[in-house]
Amino acid sequence: MAPPPAPVADASRCTRPPPDMRTAIALPFAWLIVFFLLPFALVMTIALGTNAPDAAPPVALGLSLDNFKLLFTDDLYVAAWLNSLRIAATSTMVTLLLGYPMAYAIARAAPERRPLLLTLVVLPFWTSFLIRVYAWMGLLAENGILNQFLRWTGLVPHPGTILGTEWAVHIGIVYAYLPFMVLPLYAALEKLDWGLLEAAADLGARPTVAFLTVTLPLSLPGIVAGCLLVFIPAVGEFVIPDLLGGTGTLMIGKVLWDEFFTNGDWPLASAVAICLLVLLVGPIALFQRQQARSLERRP
Amino acid sequence: MTEPIVRLEGVAKRFGDVAAVDGVDLEIGTGELFALLGGSGCGKTTLLRLLAGFEAPDAGRILIGGRDMADVPPHRRPVNMMFQSYALFPHMDVTANIAYGLRREGLARGEIATRVAEALALVKLDGLGARRPAQLSGGQRQRVALARALVKRPKLLLLDEPLAALDRKLREGTRFELVRLQEQLGLTFVMVTHDQEEAMSMATRLAVMNAGRIAQTGTPHDLYERPASRFVADFVGIANILDLGDGRWLAIRPEKIGLSVDRPETAHAIAGNILDVAYEGDRSLYRVAVKGGPVMLVSRTNMLRLERESFGRGQHVWLGWSSDAGQVLNE
Repeated sequence: MAPPPAPVADASRCTRPPPDMRTAIALPFAWLIVFFLLPFALVMTIALGTNAPDAAPPVALGLSLDNFKLLFTDDLYVAAWLNSLRIAATSTMVTLLLGYPMAYAIARAAPERRPLLLTLVVLPFWTSFLIRVYAWMGLLAENGILNQFLRWTGLVPHPGTILGTEWAVHIGIVYAYLPFMVLPLYAALEKLDWGLLEAAADLGARPTVAFLTVTLPLSLPGIVAGCLLVFIPAVGEFVIPDLLGGTGTLMIGKVLWDEFFTNGDWPLASAVAICLLVLLVGPIALFQRQQARSLERRP
Repeated sequence: MTEPIVRLEGVAKRFGDVAAVDGVDLEIGTGELFALLGGSGCGKTTLLRLLAGFEAPDAGRILIGGRDMADVPPHRRPVNMMFQSYALFPHMDVTANIAYGLRREGLARGEIATRVAEALALVKLDGLGARRPAQLSGGQRQRVALARALVKRPKLLLLDEPLAALDRKLREGTRFELVRLQEQLGLTFVMVTHDQEEAMSMATRLAVMNAGRIAQTGTPHDLYERPASRFVADFVGIANILDLGDGRWLAIRPEKIGLSVDRPETAHAIAGNILDVAYEGDRSLYRVAVKGGPVMLVSRTNMLRLERESFGRGQHVWLGWSSDAGQVLNE
């Protein structure tokens, strides 16, 4: 077999882009510099300063790493960070377990019904995120609809209050981020050649075995994309733990808010923000690489 | 016929309003290379999928090796299928693709490795075990699909348009290759094809299908020389069909008709003018307008290397054939 021709044209296009193309490339770079790099430098500068409650803004500039040191030595911050990771991880798992059957069912539905089902998945986006989380406060409250229903069935005569617990945070995250799991999973499953499952059955694979050896590995890019799309924002989530979690649930996003608005400690809040960003670079890079790879693999 | 490995009794399958398979009775003997031949939508692929278990019949019985397959799911049937699209697993290399069926049987690692190596050698793909399907040519993929189905040593191998995705040159070589494998391994093949040349040259017996029914079953020779209906006469090879009146027709093949300048001594003779000549190298096809009749096709083998045709366009000629040259049809 002849080796595939070397992509000569592509290589030359990369090294010397034509002028109009350079403008096109410059635009997103300019955007990133103005709206990401400059603000990041600003936050970094504040984080290296010290708290000056009487100044406006309340920062005394400097080159101190004390704020960062505090984050790694104070148990509160370490605990908040680990808690965030744990809650984000378990919520992501639950979202995957709920989202996979949904995506699978949509991908196997008749082609003319799929647009309707996909619309239903993204329908919650038509309402503000904040309002939807407020709605859950009503559902999960002491005398909320969920508890009323539990009492009415008689199965749980004295249900405890879910609102204000970690359960509520999990429910909120799973609810809010489910579409971000379903959509990439659907995209992966929709491309799957169902004839491969017939081939697996023909070769003696039971339906469960065919799923584990064919469907699951071939939908892996969708699983990775969906998990990261849920996990990354869930780690830094503030609204859900603040409104549903109550005081007992410690998450890094809430800590950041408290340092900034309650304690007015801008430098410490900035340090928390930078740590959050740095620690999420790993999963984000993983996501980018996986996306690039699935793009390359496309024929 | 030898003992039947496949027996279909009144099998029917509908998709909505369409009867894909409409009451098929068929027996296929052990060791046969049986072809299901028909145009698109005639039900041949549905019939194959019914045998594999991917579709359930609405009526009738399917027996494989004497056993009723009604409650047997695809993964428990003693058959393997080679898919038209090949359906190779893209996330596995060639070895893993071929080993897939053996691993489902729970065989030992060593035994699997031996049988995969044998299968690779059988289809002449030694050394390509580590490749992914995407790294193979069309012909190589076809052979991986064949090896993957053969390695399970099925009693019955189903082939859905096995050669359709190959280019013409490769197709002819692979045709002989498949027949060689079938004879060497002593397996029963059931092959679906729309290509009558393919079916005729490979099959020991074939069934011509039309609108969900079997129009005729027989050896390639039977079907060509003794077609049962105008449909079969027309579908298998080329036939001149002459209306004899009273619901009877005569089907006569172009090569069974003699072409001459003078009136021949044969039982039947008819005069006409040549409309067209199609030179095909090995033979030439003549379209002859018969006086008061249809346009007839006559073929002549080009045995001499003459530059000029012995018969030209517009020439007045005689067609002649003997009394047993054609087949009288009632439908």
